[in-house]
Amino acid sequence: MTSPIPDPIQAGIAAGWQVIDASALTQDRSFDADVVVVGTGAGGGVTAEILARAGLKVLMVEEGALKSSKDFKMREADAYPSLYQESAARKTVDKAINILQGRTVGGTTVVNWTSSFRTPADTLGWWQAKYGLKDYSVESMAPWFQKMEERLNISDWQAPPNPNNDLLRQGADKLGIKTGLIRRNVNGCWNLGYCGMGCPTNAKQSMLVTTIPAALEKGAVLLTRARAESFTLAGGKAASLECVALTADGMQPTGRRLTLKARHFVVSGGAINSPALLMRSGAPDPHQLLGQRTFLHPVVISMGTYQQPVEAFSGAPQTVYSDHFLHTQPVDGPMGYKLEVAPLHPVLGASTLSAFGASHANLMKRFAHVQGMLALLRDGFHPDAAGGRVTLRSDGSPQLDYPLTPYFWEGARRALLTMAEIQFAAGADAVSPVHELVTQPYKNWDEARQAIAALPMQKLLTRVVSAHVMGGCAMSGDAASGVVAPDGVYRGISNVSVHDGSLFPTSIGANPQLSIYGVTARLASGLAERLGAKA
Amino acid sequence: MQRRSFLKAGLLGGLALVAGGAVYRQLRPSTPERFALDQQGRVMLAALVPAITGLSPSRPEMDAAIERVAGAINGLPLRTQKEISDLFGLLNMAPTRRLLAGVPAWQEATPQQIAEFLQSWRTHRTEMLQTAYHGLHDLVIGGWYAEPSTWAAIGYPGPMKELSA
Repeated sequence: MTSPIPDPIQAGIAAGWQVIDASALTQDRSFDADVVVVGTGAGGGVTAEILARAGLKVLMVEEGALKSSKDFKMREADAYPSLYQESAARKTVDKAINILQGRTVGGTTVVNWTSSFRTPADTLGWWQAKYGLKDYSVESMAPWFQKMEERLNISDWQAPPNPNNDLLRQGADKLGIKTGLIRRNVNGCWNLGYCGMGCPTNAKQSMLVTTIPAALEKGAVLLTRARAESFTLAGGKAASLECVALTADGMQPTGRRLTLKARHFVVSGGAINSPALLMRSGAPDPHQLLGQRTFLHPVVISMGTYQQPVEAFSGAPQTVYSDHFLHTQPVDGPMGYKLEVAPLHPVLGASTLSAFGASHANLMKRFAHVQGMLALLRDGFHPDAAGGRVTLRSDGSPQLDYPLTPYFWEGARRALLTMAEIQFAAGADAVSPVHELVTQPYKNWDEARQAIAALPMQKLLTRVVSAHVMGGCAMSGDAASGVVAPDGVYRGISNVSVHDGSLFPTSIGANPQLSIYGVTARLASGLAERLGAKA
Repeated sequence: MQRRSFLKAGLLGGLALVAGGAVYRQLRPSTPERFALDQQGRVMLAALVPAITGLSPSRPEMDAAIERVAGAINGLPLRTQKEISDLFGLLNMAPTRRLLAGVPAWQEATPQQIAEFLQSWRTHRTEMLQTAYHGLHDLVIGGWYAEPSTWAAIGYPGPMKELSA
């Protein structure tokens, strides 16, 4: 049976979009364009549309495959291998942090949970004060956020929060902790709850159904299953980009190579792959900044069980948040955290529960009664939260080393305490921080408070995850603190720009998609002007 | 007990694992591109699936779950598949299995012995063994609950049928 939902990607291909699947190439190929955009996630998608609308000939390169609503069947076993980096099991070098990142046309925007926040004012203020980004004020960014909010239908969510989210609101209310409602980039959302597996109804306004189709309509070319390997640099410019074709399953190179030539190249591969591409290319890095200060918003998790069903698998995944604990201290004080919830589906939910044997089975009997709360810790503002570092393995593939410091663990413990207190205030009959030494769920707040205060906070015991990879190609007004200038151009390579979350000199302190949309829309508009818009 | 005293020596454990891995790799005829589940691997998973999920699957359920675990491994990068191949190898060669996991042949291991092995790796001072525990945990649990027939027992209705067929 096929889906009753019209598929705009299939329709576009039938209407003549130029999409080339590199896995099927039988010989080496060369392509020419005005601009090559590497990566089709939030930064690449926005950039491709703006440049294509400006009349420039755009070539998009993506290592993932082109999937669309006909493929999005809301089954974890299919979605993770086909839509995520490393089957949703990408990890830091020491395997202490699990990283969720998309790998498909549209990048992480295809699998994110639609949460849309403008870059917080204190983050922009910090960038202005510490990174010389004087044009990045709340006021000067506002029109760019507004433009992208309109483009992607980012708006207030009209349906009531599902119980998973509402329990965060209820518990926080009882404790006098302020919450807010999350805006979402959806249009005609069915409120199903499967955003993380690709939207089956095309309601999510990801790059896959918005900017990329718009660019293709304007004559852009999309090259899929092609991995950008390195730039050929000469005389302070990139002459070409060398790519390798990947097999249809994306596992390994086929042996076919692609050479892409352009006046300008935009790197939008995300905060792990973008610095890696520039490192493999031998990009100038006189201050040893490239791939450094990679941020994750490292997340700790608390599971609460309730008498009533929660059904955290059903309904819009994230609609309630609290920034209370981002504001109880200065931005560079003890580590602040944002509170949200996580949708729980069987594979990711069950594997996240830190138990095995009968205790795991007992937790799973109440799976539909579990509420999953997240604390996203804001890294990058304190000297002891300087983030991680991307390096290259011997085969050229990137790896991320992210040390979890005592400063982080102090914040993680506070966050686990906060979440347990909120969950009990909301009526939980048991709470388990996701930690290997929690063998029995805590039965009340007093017990939880004492136990969490004594839990050893250390990696591989406390579960830490991330869905927000940022930094590594920091943008700064000062060459000593950023490899990218405020106009997005890589310092020392005049025809290479970086347009993605790797630009951020700190973490955002909020789900980053709208920050990437707004910043890259601005950078791409400037680039289009400089390249001489033709339309 | 010999196993317990060994587990106290975290550093020794790490060295043994590295050395065992090197020996194991030397013994292998060639490096396979992809993880391939062999009969020994199946026997080990048949012991680990009930131990990790805490459930008692029937033989057909077990066989299907083992296939799903193998399928999930084959979806990982080749580099990770190689690590898992090495781990399976170490846990199936009698000397390294006894030394590192403290269990006899998998078909002879009691539930108690397997639970002790899992718990010791879960909290082991050698990071490599802790990460191996997490790997086995996530692969087995993920493989088990990927299957729609397991969902009724946990109150998960599955996705809307009209859109998931």
